[in-house]
Amino acid sequence: MSDSIKQSSVNTSRRDFLSKAAVAGTITIAPGVLLHQTANAADMNTSVSTRPLDEEVSNKNRWGMLIDTAKCATGCTDCVDACNKEHGLTGHNRPETDTQYIRKVTLKDKATGHETSLPLMCQHCETAPCVDVCPTGASFVRADGIALVDKHICIGCRYCMMACPYKARSFVHEDVTNQTLSAPRGKGTVESCTMCVTRVDNGGIPACVEACSAENHNAMIFGDLNDPNSPISVELKNHGGKQLRPDLALNTGVRYQDL
Amino acid sequence: MTRFLRLTYVLIGFMLLSNTALAETPFPTIHEPADENLKCIHPEDEMRRNHMNYILHERDETMHEGIRNEPASLANCIDCHVQPNEKGEIAGINDKEHFCNACHQYASVQIDCFQCHADRPQKYIKRGTHGDASLRQQLQQTLSASEGVNQ
Repeated sequence: MSDSIKQSSVNTSRRDFLSKAAVAGTITIAPGVLLHQTANAADMNTSVSTRPLDEEVSNKNRWGMLIDTAKCATGCTDCVDACNKEHGLTGHNRPETDTQYIRKVTLKDKATGHETSLPLMCQHCETAPCVDVCPTGASFVRADGIALVDKHICIGCRYCMMACPYKARSFVHEDVTNQTLSAPRGKGTVESCTMCVTRVDNGGIPACVEACSAENHNAMIFGDLNDPNSPISVELKNHGGKQLRPDLALNTGVRYQDL
Repeated sequence: MTRFLRLTYVLIGFMLLSNTALAETPFPTIHEPADENLKCIHPEDEMRRNHMNYILHERDETMHEGIRNEPASLANCIDCHVQPNEKGEIAGINDKEHFCNACHQYASVQIDCFQCHADRPQKYIKRGTHGDASLRQQLQQTLSASEGVNQ
């Protein structure tokens, strides 16, 4: 097994794709890309929902995130901590099964030894494998591109966890109390990053993006991929952004730069 | 025969006892809402009978369609109705005093909402942390141990 990946959760079967992604990234990225000029990500995160609260979500918007891995520091877990706080995620000191909506992954290019650190969460695929396999319809992608689990319907079969190529989903093994308003969660259901859907619906940005900007790392941009003038679309047009496992043609809502 | 009679008396005694117990089950005390000036979205009798329908219908609209300003909201119910008592203690869903549990226990109807949803207002909830240092250290140790195996 490759020793090229360190990640904050035990993961063997998914390592291959990540290391391939790292190698492919190293080959294809031109040396000048690191030098590109980007506006402050804090300013760029102004593209938020303006939908009235009583209006149904529609495919007019597609919410997405762009992560500049060049700005993502190895060892920094500000986004992870913010996520855990936002959703009231508490662990049982069992890293293999404790819920994680977002985790830090370190890729190492074996040829050069170059390390890349990045946050990995639900990639909010357009054609999501988790939705394909869900036997009850609990796994769904909302019209505006946010992949969610309806825990009222989830029976906890965990097919989606197996189908997800990003290992983004977690299963709740223990009774949960003291939940937050933004993350009702309970034993026997599957859960994952919701792109902070409650915040987004109320015109906010996800907690991880907010924390990254607040700490002045500015590695994450949130915005509307369907709006050609939104900062995230402009940045994607100018400097591009890669999907993880583009070969699966999932059209992910989360994109990465400098991978 | 005497034995049979004795058994009958005992049985009758049990029935009487259980009847008395039933009759004495007190009607639950419902606490006043946090703010007396706040009105519920529907009259009390309507809410008593149909609260579950309002919540059930609108949970789907919120979950799947992202409609966030529905008049019926479990969180709003809780914010208003679940309040600390005179001693400053706040009841959890398993306590007899909890607004929802009081009636549900009385009516013997199981309530599932709070397996996932918070059973008290957010300001009364204290949380531990997931990303605390000790956990992260342990994570690192587990990782480095598993790496050793892989190499």
